[in-house]
Amino acid sequence: MRLTLRPVPPKSQASAPERDREEASEAVASRPRGILANLALHLHPRAVPEKTLRFDLTFGLGGMALVLVLLLVGSGVLLLFAYEPSAERAYDSITALGGEVPFGQFVRNLHRWSGNLAVVIVVLHLLRVVFTGAYHGPRRANWVIGLVLLGLVLASNFTGYLLPWDQVAYWAVTICTSMLDYVPVAGRLLQELLRGGADVGPRTLSIFYVLHIVFLPVLLLVLLAPHFWLVRKALGVVIPRRPDEAPSPRAPLVPTSPHLTRREGAVALILVAALLVFALLVNAPLEARANPGLSPNPAKAPWYFMGLQELLVHFHPVFAVLVIPLIVAVLLVRLPDRLAGAASEGVWFVSAIGRRMGRTAALLGASITVGAVLADEYLLDTARWLSSLPPLLTTGLLPFVVFAGIAWGLTRVLARRHGGGHEENVQAAFIGLLAAFLVLTVIGIAFRGAGMALAWPWDVGRAAAAVGR
Amino acid sequence: MKSPPAVTAVSRRFTLRMVWKALSWTVLAELVGVTGLFLWPRKAKAPEGGYGGIITAGPADSFEPGQVTAFAKGQFYLVRLADGGFLALSRRCTHLGCTVPWDEKGRRFACPCHASAFDVTGAVLSAPAPRPLDLYAIHVDGGVIKVDTSTPVMRERFEPGQVVRL
Repeated sequence: MRLTLRPVPPKSQASAPERDREEASEAVASRPRGILANLALHLHPRAVPEKTLRFDLTFGLGGMALVLVLLLVGSGVLLLFAYEPSAERAYDSITALGGEVPFGQFVRNLHRWSGNLAVVIVVLHLLRVVFTGAYHGPRRANWVIGLVLLGLVLASNFTGYLLPWDQVAYWAVTICTSMLDYVPVAGRLLQELLRGGADVGPRTLSIFYVLHIVFLPVLLLVLLAPHFWLVRKALGVVIPRRPDEAPSPRAPLVPTSPHLTRREGAVALILVAALLVFALLVNAPLEARANPGLSPNPAKAPWYFMGLQELLVHFHPVFAVLVIPLIVAVLLVRLPDRLAGAASEGVWFVSAIGRRMGRTAALLGASITVGAVLADEYLLDTARWLSSLPPLLTTGLLPFVVFAGIAWGLTRVLARRHGGGHEENVQAAFIGLLAAFLVLTVIGIAFRGAGMALAWPWDVGRAAAAVGR
Repeated sequence: MKSPPAVTAVSRRFTLRMVWKALSWTVLAELVGVTGLFLWPRKAKAPEGGYGGIITAGPADSFEPGQVTAFAKGQFYLVRLADGGFLALSRRCTHLGCTVPWDEKGRRFACPCHASAFDVTGAVLSAPAPRPLDLYAIHVDGGVIKVDTSTPVMRERFEPGQVVRL
């Protein structure tokens, strides 16, 4: 049986891989193991470039995300048998999971932690793609699909967050959907559509339930198909190439099975094992039943939206929930175009200069953000000092322009000092903003106590425990 | 000599195609319309004496000047100012919709979520809340205070005209 391969390895240098490949195709035809391998080959070509097998090129993050999606579908379908999607019954059906249903708590834990981990893994996957320059040419479209998938993972997590109908769920969703109120013109309508009325109530639960179990998963699974297919169209994951190397489409190949499939299997099994143990040991939180009359103090968004909530503490809502997220979204979609240089591919942080600049940018972004948060908390009060001006200017445009200016200026200084190329400079700016966002998220999670005032993490933890009781 | 062009045949085909097109668009419009109307947010029917309807708070004399009374069912506070005037304040924070408790000791509404604070008239004492607490209309009916909770009234600042006097 002769198989057509793309790219065809040059005969002279591919004798060993060639032989391997022949064996692999024999295996496909003859043994049960081969049938399994063939299944994996629906996603992969029969042979892959040997250089792309290096674990530290991709860290298997995309594969992990897929494993998590499968785990989430599995545990989610199980939960559907136990969950009752009504405001009266939802909370009791979740407490029943913790008592009457055998392994109920375990399945809920698995679902919750897989969903949370999916956010982390998908973001890391995105960063891997950025920092190894894997967005050129045919991967351009896949970058956008990937961003939409990230949005879907976040939306799935968020809609699932409401379903237990406890205090944290109710108020986190109230806060997050109230943010829509600040979107000009269509905001109120969007908010009412999402809530099914003026307030978060029983209809909101129905809407979130349908979004969570039908709409978002179907969209996610449908979009995963082109996401994988476009990787194959681009001839597999990016092949490492330094700036001084010429692009070579004819890299030495090895058979996908067993070389790639075994590695993927190992990553998947380790991930699943770790998650199972974690789900056995750590219970998903459940607070008191939702009470619309009593906001907990502090009331916080889910952790993956904590950066956004922290922005809200400092910026006028129109900037925090509309202008800044919109700019970030546009910048993210356009990032590959900004980085169009394509000096290298598959090399972490482009070059040694890129690594150095990235480190400095991360430090600068993080420390400036910490400084700005402290200053805004204890020193600055632009709204009062300039009280004759509208707050949209004093707490919105003014701080935004100042920060954009600082970010832009520092990027220029960094570029001049390190002599980075275009790719390194854009990457440094990206890293600086990323560090700022991560710091905001960490502050929101660990350093915001009662009344959203700054506090030490141990005090925040104690306050949260008190609310739990 | 050529036969005349088959005008009728073409025009029939054209007509049928147009009819098909029109029908397809109609079906699409119906689908969108039905789905849209089905999903359109609707006002929940207000329960008798509950939020969304008219709530009888009680005789005006039963509220002391300076007293702030919470009506959990109506989701509002009835405030009697020191000068004897009445205000019905929504309990929903204008920042992000948290429920604002009344702090009697500090004489202020303090939002637990993002630290906004409002004075007894609902005016903003500290940001991030962008505007005062919303108002509900008050009717005085034979010395009895009734609050209409169907539509919250937004306002940019506190003005004496908002206070209902007997």
